[in-house]
Amino acid sequence: MPRTNPALPRPASPRLRITITITRVRVAWQAFFLALFVFLGFVTTFSRLGGYPASILLELDPFAAAATAAATGSLYRGLLWSLLVVVATLLLGRAFCGWVCPLGTLQHLVAWAARPSATPQAVEANRYRRSQRLKYYVLIAFAAAAPTGIVQVGLLDPIALVSRSFTAAVWPAAARATDLVALKPPVVHLAWLIAAVFGLLVAIGLTRPRFFCRVLCPLGALLGVLSRFALWRIARDPARCNDCERCLRRCDAAADPHTYPRAAECHVCFNCIDDCPEEALAFRFAPTAGVQVDTPDWSRRGVLVSTFVGLVLHPAGRVAGAEGRPDAAVIRPPGSLAEADFLARCLKCAQCVRVCPTSVLQPATFEAGLEGLWTPVLAMRAGYCELNCTLCGHVCPTGAIERLTIERKLGLGRFQGQPVRLGTAFFDQGRCLPWAMDTPCVVCEEVCPTSPKAIFSKEVAVVGRRGETITLRRPQIDPVLCVGCGICEHECPVTDLAGVRVTAVGETRSRTAGLLLDRA
Amino acid sequence: MHSVSRRDLLASLARAGAGVVVGAGALLAPGTHAAALPDLAAVEATDLAVATRQALAMLGGMRRFVSRGATVFVKPNIGWARAPAQGANTHPAVVAAVVEACYEAGAKVVMVADHTLDDPERCYRRSGIQAAAEAAGARVEQVTAARFRRMDLEGRAIGEWEVYVDAVEADVLINVPVVKHHSLCRATVGMKNWLGLLGGRRADLHERIDEAVVDAAAFFRADLTVLDASRVMMRNGPQGGSLADAEVRNIVAASVDPVAADTFGVGLLGLAAGAVPYLRGAQDRGLGTTNLAALRVQRRRL
Repeated sequence: MPRTNPALPRPASPRLRITITITRVRVAWQAFFLALFVFLGFVTTFSRLGGYPASILLELDPFAAAATAAATGSLYRGLLWSLLVVVATLLLGRAFCGWVCPLGTLQHLVAWAARPSATPQAVEANRYRRSQRLKYYVLIAFAAAAPTGIVQVGLLDPIALVSRSFTAAVWPAAARATDLVALKPPVVHLAWLIAAVFGLLVAIGLTRPRFFCRVLCPLGALLGVLSRFALWRIARDPARCNDCERCLRRCDAAADPHTYPRAAECHVCFNCIDDCPEEALAFRFAPTAGVQVDTPDWSRRGVLVSTFVGLVLHPAGRVAGAEGRPDAAVIRPPGSLAEADFLARCLKCAQCVRVCPTSVLQPATFEAGLEGLWTPVLAMRAGYCELNCTLCGHVCPTGAIERLTIERKLGLGRFQGQPVRLGTAFFDQGRCLPWAMDTPCVVCEEVCPTSPKAIFSKEVAVVGRRGETITLRRPQIDPVLCVGCGICEHECPVTDLAGVRVTAVGETRSRTAGLLLDRA
Repeated sequence: MHSVSRRDLLASLARAGAGVVVGAGALLAPGTHAAALPDLAAVEATDLAVATRQALAMLGGMRRFVSRGATVFVKPNIGWARAPAQGANTHPAVVAAVVEACYEAGAKVVMVADHTLDDPERCYRRSGIQAAAEAAGARVEQVTAARFRRMDLEGRAIGEWEVYVDAVEADVLINVPVVKHHSLCRATVGMKNWLGLLGGRRADLHERIDEAVVDAAAFFRADLTVLDASRVMMRNGPQGGSLADAEVRNIVAASVDPVAADTFGVGLLGLAAGAVPYLRGAQDRGLGTTNLAALRVQRRRL
């Protein structure tokens, strides 16, 4: 007698079975890209960077690519990757928002954790609101400003925002908590402000699901505009629908799946399809017109106002001084373009701040004007520019900081005698110990890394207060050799206001900020 | 057959007899073995590991300093983010050879660390010392704030100061400096190398640097100094940078007298001991002698 009768159905295997639904696949993708973001942030340091593409998520960002391309007339290197996202959006709608964006995933996590258990409340939180128009006006303002050379997209671009927030707050806190850093954990200037903005966005998400994505995100708005042409959409079949509105319970995009699904808002998360008991919603290829809304819900007046705002940013912002005389306090990273070009590219993503081994790169407040908020400047009190390091240009996604070779940075080989200068050091003879107080020192000369040194000292014999003879060495700068790295200022024992300080004059990136005539 | 004359026979016997007397005297002279060890041994060889081992052997071998089960702290100069060819740090081959010799002599653990000036991770990496020392089995760690303890150096310039605990608590302390030009001190060799075991605001020490260096040398009494003079930085020290600053000499020297070791080092820079204030100060305080002529110095070229 056979052990099993082949005519009978096989008994279910005792192993656990996980049904593969599209929402679960989506969650897996979200988890992957969030983990990728965290991993790449973790390895963006000197010792771990290796060959990892640390800025790939920024390079995928079409909003950053479009803004910098409009402002500069060129597309920098890896930003070409953003075309992938554009193509994906033209095929699938705002799938980037629902499946890839790390800030979106974080918002989604918060929304999931804070979702009211009672269905009516959850449904109310996900109704479409007019405030969701705001992101399109933000997009238009930025888009109008970009061709005039003003690129402030980094303030609200989600990838730049989350990257900056992690650099300023999360990674330094993690380093302190785990003692993964030796003597000096990274410190980011005014990190609390950046962290507060981030915290606020997360906190709002507790009551308004995915608030940032719905109301503020200019990248989401851009993808929403492109979704007009998306080949696949979520569409509702009115014949099957019984108006139970259960699809709204988990629709964090507030895309009106219960009436006419809005392609420009939908994050393609498939929660509504999962939840619909009548199977009235489906992801359809080229659904017939009229079953959904595919253009953003903007008003003509709103478009005009935001265009105007974007256009006046140029004269308004530049009044606050980014051109003309160099600001002594604004010392830019090695490889930076001239200021106007720099500001036309910088996303304020703080990747350079993150990777800098000495933490000398810090996000500015308003030293570089309104436009310069959170762009990187050197703060010699925090660190100095390591002579043999070019990491900042290596991770910059838009080329605001160019990639330098060591040869070019140090002025070797075919760049002989023409190093990249960040500025020039000046002795404050009223504070330098040998000059002001007849006290021996010259730590600055000791640490000066150029060879021959840009700081040299002359031995002098002075008569002290009690008539004794004091022999000491008094240091001076050789401006031909000084590259403005700032290690002298950083190591000076007069720690509050150093006896030798670097200012931006003499920087090689600017034609108007030269110091000496005979320097190349 | 030729006959041996009586005079020839007497001459041969006399020569043989003299040989026996001299040989016996050499064998029987008391304390011959210990007295033959030099105070400073210097070896020149392109293979720095071989040069280091030879110098140690000439001093009596590492077993003279390291006993079985001892904890050893090896203090190289890892102060700057420079590559070995630039001569700003101790050559990694010398450090590795010292570490290996310690383990062969029976050390339980050999620690290697330095409080650097440039970024610590970059210094440990670019100098090649982290990789070489770890390959030789050493415990190479970054200094952390927690491992510094306030101690009284009882010096003239340095009173209470943060000191690296691991170095003080080790059984054996071996100084492995590199020879370099230094504007303020004239030269930086072994004694200045001890400043790498201090925390706090070291920049302040430059106000009385010569006294501070002697204070540090008096506090950290090295059991052994192994001097790396493979690439001697002749100018623009202590940072250097250009390969033109570093003269290739391929010399490794070892000594129990730290002042003698430094004197030998500054000699390679073309300086007399009298021209280096901290050396005079060290001799005055009885830490050693700068008079190499009065010492047993053995040099060898391989």
